This record gives sequence, structure tokens and C-alpha cells, in this order.
Amino acid sequence: MLNVGQIEEGFVLDHIPAGKSMSIYYHLGLDKLDCCVAIIKNARSEIMGKKDIIKVECDINTLDLDVLAVIDHTITINVIKDATIVEKRKLELPAELKGVMKCKNPRCITSIEQELPHIFYLADPVKEVYRCRYCDEKNADRF
Amino acid sequence: MRHLMNPMDFSVEELDRLFDLARDIEQHPEAYAHKCDGKKLATCFYEPSTRTRLSFETAMLNLGGSVIGFSDAASSSASKGESVSDTIRVISCFADICAMRHPKEGAPMVAASRSRIPVINAGDGGHQHPTQTLTDLLTIRALKGRLDHFTIGLCGDLKFGRTVHSLVNALARYDDVHFIFISPEELCIPSYLRDRLKENHLSFEEVIRLEDVISRLDLLYMTRVQRERFFNEEDYVRLKDFYILNKEKMNLAKEDMLVLHPLPRVNEISVEVDDDPRAVYFRQVQYGVYVRMALILTLLELV
Repeated sequence: MLNVGQIEEGFVLDHIPAGKSMSIYYHLGLDKLDCCVAIIKNARSEIMGKKDIIKVECDINTLDLDVLAVIDHTITINVIKDATIVEKRKLELPAELKGVMKCKNPRCITSIEQELPHIFYLADPVKEVYRCRYCDEKNADRF
Repeated sequence: MRHLMNPMDFSVEELDRLFDLARDIEQHPEAYAHKCDGKKLATCFYEPSTRTRLSFETAMLNLGGSVIGFSDAASSSASKGESVSDTIRVISCFADICAMRHPKEGAPMVAASRSRIPVINAGDGGHQHPTQTLTDLLTIRALKGRLDHFTIGLCGDLKFGRTVHSLVNALARYDDVHFIFISPEELCIPSYLRDRLKENHLSFEEVIRLEDVISRLDLLYMTRVQRERFFNEEDYVRLKDFYILNKEKMNLAKEDMLVLHPLPRVNEISVEVDDDPRAVYFRQVQYGVYVRMALILTLLELV
């Protein structure tokens, strides 16, 4: 099995559904970071069969975890300090998302006023449906 | 400071107070003739809507206030590229309250977020038209004496008709309201509305022909079935008569059934029905003025 070294300080995103790691990499803006980032694809998993893992050597507070929750709120976050896991964070669907998704409704005011922030609210937590704060249109796609 | 964006912005108790006020205005108009002396309403209409704009203007004039505004985007700064946020900041310096109609959905909400004065959504695209819903509710309450325990038929274009969706959502908060949706399959209620009614265990049924159910209705809310909504001309010709209310169908209805319509009416209600005392769609327009008067007073905190 491929061996990727442990990190001293940072965090590990575990239990990412296989194939989603690159989407997370870009949407979390990990490509813009200067620190060490390791992406492991298709790792063996007893529960999931296959999974992706991302290890990042930077402060977790620099990230917008809302984006991660919307991509997949079942992903596990392990916060690492001195090479040991000091915290396991659970993701919850945020009640409001600002600047994460764009409203695609051509009749929405955001379609003509470009400077408006795109804001979505969680309309149905069970079905994980977000709707545009301005026009109530359902978000068409989720990353 | 409060705005009105959605009919559901007000609780049932707040709506009761608003409708009580509207009824008092109806009965004692002279007591309200100077309530808004010195106040100005700005009607910012980015698309034409003569009836709604005139209703708002009449409401403010009846209260002793005055009116400024524009009635289409071409005569506003929007034609020069000004944003809604900037326009409302400017209007806030001129007027005490603003009624805004805009073809883009959510525009009045953007205005409200930047405004120093109350903003009323006077219709934003196919999204919301809360004062129409308030008008419908007041009409029912005034003429039926209640907003619960009745069967209402909603007939015509139930797929694209925002007034229908709004009214259903608003009436769903009252007890024992049974909905009968009467439309061709092509124009039936959207699935999200059907799901919401089911989730909340509300009583409803969907039928194709008005004649089949009209005898059971306490209220009939008519809307227009537009030719362009059909996939082909044959279907339109085959179905359109099911959705035209005429004397024959009225003969099947209860003696105290009320007929409402958001107007404008084209041919879905035959003119021969106009003289029937159960046809209340023109009285509905009058209630629209009363409810807008009550709304202006409430949002300006003058009651």
C-alpha cells in the first residue's frame, strides 16, 4: 500500500467519496495554498470500499468549511497537532451560504446586478435543498 | 422598520390586525383621510402595471398623503444603468415609503436591504405579489366572515399562476380549508406545492372539469388559461371551455359561493356572470385599496 507520511500540524479530510477529492481541492482553494497538500485517491476503506483522503499542513481556520459541508457533509475532519489527532470535527449543512454557489435563474435580480452576493438558504435539510435568498429558485447543481 | 416582501412575512395574528384595520377603513374612511398628511409614497415601477400602481396611489391619496414615482424602467435611472440598491438610497431621501414592482425576482428584497424607508413588494417577476394575496384574503374574510372552514376551488392556470401559489400557501395556515385544484394536466399545480400540502396533511384534490366540482365550492378563484401555455392548438380548443365560467356553470353553484379573480379577466369569465351577486371580482379591487391603505399605515407605524 502507498505510504504517505503523517503531518505535524494541520488537518486530514477523511472518508471523502472516491473521486471527489479534486473537486474539494479546487472548491476549498487548496490549489492557492503555499503549504504541503497530499491527495490520496481510491484508498481502501472497510466502510466505503474506496475513499479519497486529503492531508493539508496549514491552519484549518483558513478554510471555508461551509463549502465542504455542501459538497458532502459526511466527510470527517481530523485536526492534527504535534502529529496526533486532537479534534474530530463534524460537518453540518450551513443555514446560509454566501458566495459559494451561483443562482442560475435568468429571472433573478443577481442575473443583472453582478455585484450582489449570491446567497442561498437551507430550505429542506432532509433533502438538502438550498434556495436562492432573492428568487427562491432551487440550486440547480451542487459541485 | 418593516418591509413586505412575501405574504408570509406577517403572522396570522398580524394579518388579523391588518384586516381589522382595513375593515375599519372601509366603514369609516373619513377617520383616515388625513392619517398620512405630509407623507409621500414612491411608486417605483420598473415595468408597467396600471392597476396595481393606481391601487397603491389611490390608497395613499385616500390617506391624505402624496405620490411620486415612475411607471416604467425607461423613465427611471435604471435605463442609465443605476442599480436597485442605488435607486432606493436616492428614493429614501425623497419619500417615506416605497412600493416597488420589478421584472427581476428578488429586486424589492435587494431594495429593502439598502433602504431607509419601508419597501413593499408590488410584484417581482413570477415570484411574489404579496398585496394581491392580502387583497384576496381580505375579500374572503370580509365577504365570508372567516378564513377557515371552507372549500375553495382554484381554476385555470395553476402551474404558472403565482397568485394561486401565494394564496394556497397563505390559506394553508388556517383550519379546515379544503382545496380543489381545477386545471388541465398541462397546467396543474407544481410538484413542490403538492408535496408541501401532503407533508402538512392538508386536504386537497385535483380535477380536470370545473362542472364536476362547482356545486361543492364555497369559493371559486378563477385565473386565465392562456393559449400559449398549451403544447398544441387542438388541446387548447378541446380544454378551454372547461375553464370558462358562464351562467350555466353558475347555476350549478351554491347560492353563497363567491367568485374571485385577480384580474385582468379576458374570456375565462363570461360577462353575463358579472351581474351575478356572487361575482365579487370588482369588489375585490376595492378591497385591494383598503388593504393597501391598512398596509401603508401599518408599515409607517401610524396606527
